[in-house]
Amino acid sequence: MKSILRFSVGAMLAAALAAAPLSGASAKDTVKIAFIGPLSGGTASIGVGGRNSAELAVRIRNADPKSKYHYELFAQDDECKPNVGVQVATKAAADRKVIGGVTHYCSAVAMSTVDVYHKFNLPVIVWGAVLPDITYGNDYKEVHRVNGTMVNQNEVAADFMTKHGYKTWVILHDTTDYGKGHNTYFSKYVTEKGGKVLATFGVTSDQQDFTAELTKAKELKPDVIYFGGLTPLGIRIRQQMDKLGIDAQFEGVSGIVSDAFIEGLDPKLAEGVLAFREGAPVEKLPGGQYFLGEYDKAKFDQGPDAYGAFAFAAATMMMDAIEKVGPDRKKVTAYLADIKDRDSIVGPITFDDHGQNTVAMITKYVIQDGKWVLWEDSEYAAGKRKLVAPK
Amino acid sequence: MDLFGQYVINGLMLGTIYALVAVGFTLFFGVLDVIKFSHGDVLMVGAFTGFTAAAGAAALGLSHPALQLAATVVFALAGTALLGAVIAKWLILPLKNAPRLNILLATLMLGTALRESVRLFYPDGSNPKAFPALLPTSAWQFGQFTLRVDSTILVVTGILVIVGLHLLINRTRLGLAIRAVAQDEETARTMGINYTLIVLVTFALGSGIAAVAGVMDGLYYNEINFGMGLLLGLIGFSAAIIGGLGNLYGAILGGFLFAALQMIGAVALPFASAYKDVFAFAVVIALMAWKPTGLIPERASDRV
Repeated sequence: MKSILRFSVGAMLAAALAAAPLSGASAKDTVKIAFIGPLSGGTASIGVGGRNSAELAVRIRNADPKSKYHYELFAQDDECKPNVGVQVATKAAADRKVIGGVTHYCSAVAMSTVDVYHKFNLPVIVWGAVLPDITYGNDYKEVHRVNGTMVNQNEVAADFMTKHGYKTWVILHDTTDYGKGHNTYFSKYVTEKGGKVLATFGVTSDQQDFTAELTKAKELKPDVIYFGGLTPLGIRIRQQMDKLGIDAQFEGVSGIVSDAFIEGLDPKLAEGVLAFREGAPVEKLPGGQYFLGEYDKAKFDQGPDAYGAFAFAAATMMMDAIEKVGPDRKKVTAYLADIKDRDSIVGPITFDDHGQNTVAMITKYVIQDGKWVLWEDSEYAAGKRKLVAPK
Repeated sequence: MDLFGQYVINGLMLGTIYALVAVGFTLFFGVLDVIKFSHGDVLMVGAFTGFTAAAGAAALGLSHPALQLAATVVFALAGTALLGAVIAKWLILPLKNAPRLNILLATLMLGTALRESVRLFYPDGSNPKAFPALLPTSAWQFGQFTLRVDSTILVVTGILVIVGLHLLINRTRLGLAIRAVAQDEETARTMGINYTLIVLVTFALGSGIAAVAGVMDGLYYNEINFGMGLLLGLIGFSAAIIGGLGNLYGAILGGFLFAALQMIGAVALPFASAYKDVFAFAVVIALMAWKPTGLIPERASDRV
């Protein structure tokens, strides 16, 4: 009796195994897309916003009956640390089901991972990192970027600040490639436009105490304290400026344009902080309303933050490519090389020889009542409120 | 001149925090001859306990900052003192006769475990937390020199804690017992001193002082994160070493010296301020080569 039972169970198993490939063939093949960004650490709110936006793009595509494949987002946390970034990039690239990547907010991480993508022929689209060298510092056909670079950002920033009568700066920047890049480009443009950099301080990216640097800055009495770096340090520096009673305008870069920057500060200290970012704000983007509407419907526990729309556009473009040429890394790379004037929710995208989106548009922001507000729409531009006046 | 005052105040603030950490290292080394590398992470746990207590007090409707501050300090102190005693009882005392290196490694690993636990199990623990500003934030202006009320309170508190510890060690029966155990375990036992109890109390004391440093750090920078103990622990340890491990005054001197070195590294030297830690640690190495037993050697240093 027992042996009969065992036999029948075995037969059923065999039958089930034989049937499995048949049932699988009728469903769509699964293709994985990697998303890599900072899901923990000080810039996590941007990373999670980006991941949610990429996830949203995948869900929308999967709901479309016409799509040829079933997509899966392979989300990885680079912690905004180059060593961790290389690990997770290798993990993603070594997975043969992963055909493309939507990668990195932190420039220092993106710089250290491009070699990995090149080695494994994995096509990626950068969704937030702004250091020019990520696309321009190499000839890797695999690396693309939908957002602009910090070159344009700092040119606009220097122009804006000098036009508003600011003359002297003290620059603090973190000593990663990201912070150093900002320092290089901002110093260059602001000097060309007649501004004067009184002192420059490099600070480590996990530094806690800035009182020594800021006290020295105080002595020099600059009109503006410029900070080239990311949100966590930006918060600490703004806070310690206040502790030391420094009366200067605080100017940041795209790295502090995030909701976390405002949440981490007393509203009084955040008020009137300036920053610049490439791309238009989501609401003003061609497909912005559609994106925000869909994002709301998806009920994520957090907003898309400053770069979500770029992650959405990058993921969508990657899936478009796979739909067109099939799940083959090299073919996808070849396809992406020819992208010209492609419509997306962040406006038309054209990749140049280096995979860089050439549409350079910079937005100026000021914090007003606990929100990043477009300069043109702010009460500061209207003259109702005043920035810290130049000396 | 105004700004010189500012640098001095900044340095005093940093130095107080460093000294409080260094004192712990030196206490532990004094009584048991062990180096407890999890000290910095115990500090971090103290800061997080205080942060949680402040949030809890606020949630219970205790909106007055003084009440929240009291809750923060009491819970942080009690929590870390207990943690310190537990570590001593179940990790360090059992390993007492094992090679020194084992204790060093065990506590190093414990520190990593504490750090990662906070990161993983504390709600949203991998992100920095905005520590509430519980002290008055007004400031006095003297020309270019700004003196904040909260920083002043913190420095004064830190110095009072150090003075209090000094009195405790030198003027009380408990202090006498701690000194006796530090000098000679066997004789102390024969004189009727409860050895285990004294060791546990010393570890609770040192850890509680670390919690004070952790809460001070949170109140000063208005931010705490799971990795804050790593560098603070290393700096505190270096400060204890250059001061002369095992000597209380050496640790205090070392703490302020290290803060001064960082200030000099950041402002007075011609090269970039990013190298201030390189400079400070390089000087520590030089000092160690010059005075291997520290600036103020432990009195009974013959055991080296």
